[in-house]
Amino acid sequence: MTRGATLTEAVITRLIQVSGFSAILFVLLIFAFLLREGSPALVEIPLPSLLGLRWYPIEDHFGILPLLGGSLVVTLGATLVGVPLGITTALYIAEVSPRWLREILKPMVEVLAGLPSVMLGFLGIIVLAPAVRRLLDLPTGLSAFTGALLLGGIAIPTIVSVAEDALDAVPRTYREAAMALGATRWQTIWRVTLPAARSGVLTAVMLGIARVIGETMTVMMVTGNAPVMPTGMGSLFRPARTMTATIAAEMGEVAKGSVHYHALFLIGVTLFLISLVVNLIAAAVVFRGRTRAERVLA
Amino acid sequence: MAGAMRQPPPHALGPLLALALCALLTAACSARDGEAAPILQPSRTIENKGSDTIVNLALAWAEAYQQVRPQVQISVTGGGSGTGMAALINGTVDIANASRRIKPEERAAAEANGASPVEFVVARDAIAIIVHPDNPVDRLTIDQIAAIYTGEIDNWKLVGGEDRPIVRLSRETNSGTHVYFLEEVLRKGDPQSEALFSPDTLLLPSSEGITAEVRDNPNAIGYDGLGYVTPEVKVVAVAPAGGTDFAYPTVETVNTLQYPIARELYMYTVGEPQGEVLEYLNWIMGDQAQSIVSQLGFVPIGP
Repeated sequence: MTRGATLTEAVITRLIQVSGFSAILFVLLIFAFLLREGSPALVEIPLPSLLGLRWYPIEDHFGILPLLGGSLVVTLGATLVGVPLGITTALYIAEVSPRWLREILKPMVEVLAGLPSVMLGFLGIIVLAPAVRRLLDLPTGLSAFTGALLLGGIAIPTIVSVAEDALDAVPRTYREAAMALGATRWQTIWRVTLPAARSGVLTAVMLGIARVIGETMTVMMVTGNAPVMPTGMGSLFRPARTMTATIAAEMGEVAKGSVHYHALFLIGVTLFLISLVVNLIAAAVVFRGRTRAERVLA
Repeated sequence: MAGAMRQPPPHALGPLLALALCALLTAACSARDGEAAPILQPSRTIENKGSDTIVNLALAWAEAYQQVRPQVQISVTGGGSGTGMAALINGTVDIANASRRIKPEERAAAEANGASPVEFVVARDAIAIIVHPDNPVDRLTIDQIAAIYTGEIDNWKLVGGEDRPIVRLSRETNSGTHVYFLEEVLRKGDPQSEALFSPDTLLLPSSEGITAEVRDNPNAIGYDGLGYVTPEVKVVAVAPAGGTDFAYPTVETVNTLQYPIARELYMYTVGEPQGEVLEYLNWIMGDQAQSIVSQLGFVPIGP
């Protein structure tokens, strides 16, 4: 080995190392920036106002709880819609469908992931919201429920794609063993394959939820954006204003450095922390799964 | 009124058109530079941004002005009055469009940057109250509208309609129309008033969102600039607070001040306008530009 080759090797190794760490660096820089712009809000806005139930920034009402509540209601609704549909779709593709159908279905689901959310929002305003109002006899179809339906749809491709990979990775021998013991196909799926792929499926769910929390355009268009504090499951059928929609709708108007500007960044910090927690849970699940697998192999 | 209502509201197209216009003009311009034949005067671009209420009007003006002074390019974008003011303060635009007066803090911010904003009234606008065509209610007083939007009145039967819940629609808080409506209707022009929109008021990001919901939903009430009202919704006659003199919003009732929810539309510059910007503003005050105002369903400024 010449000295030149060793040097090239070292440089390339170093470059790869740097790009590996750069993601961490970017996340830290973004978080630092959010904190710098958002933390003054904690000083400028008195705590009772910040924890108040009214968000109306042009008159100095900065209660962020209705926005947090709005995001939670919409996310919860979308999870209820997206998770069962996503996992059953993944099960069908991985376990039930014949090979040729699978090769059509999987790419189709991934095309669904590429749909621009503004298009879904447009569809929501024109088709879904009026339909929801008529079917459920609501005062208005622009509600958290309509948003949840659309966001559930947005989460499905993520969930299907990741969950299907996880199911696919379960060794054939597991299924063959189950079948040999006389288990039906359903028993095999429910008792053997799904538990074996559990960590991957949970990761899929977490990634789906993270996708839903961060979604902006669709919710802004169909949820009505009324900052009402949710009071129970009934709130799912009333208008809601999410944190993401608030930032998107209001950041254009704020003067840089104003209280409102800092308040919007504080919402950004909150969103960041929420998606960090969701991702950490997902990572923890994967990590636990891996150690178990290692134990089995050992 | 019929004339005003026939205008289509291609609101979302506005910024797109502006972009396309800019792109075309820029391309034409650079091609001209490339030919190395600088016979024409160097072109000047006027950046114009702000109120979504004015964006169609500003675009129509910009297009017509191309015929008057081809060497001046005007790029028009919307985003809301607050957005335009912020851009003006940050020095990224020459003219900010606003459907409300500049706020004291915005004036202060601009002055802190070195120049004080100058105001021009360029047109007048009326805000129409719109409901679903099947809604039997066809007249409301300012007091009733205020009570509806603050949440005191929750059912259409209390204002002479069917037994239906009221769904209140409003533009987002960064819209000049929203602020104007809060001050002149909910608070009836009283600066001491603390009245606020009911928290369950739907805040929609665009005029289309409001029109789409009112067109479809018999529970809904909305408000929007006269220029954006489409034939698919029903306009309500309005009487001033405490009055019974109902009027539909038309060019005549706005000019005679009979229609109570009308306002001035503004353009702002930082410091006294100079050169091409001044020329453009002078042209806007003239007959040609003001006839475009009436074509778009707004009300021209008087002499």
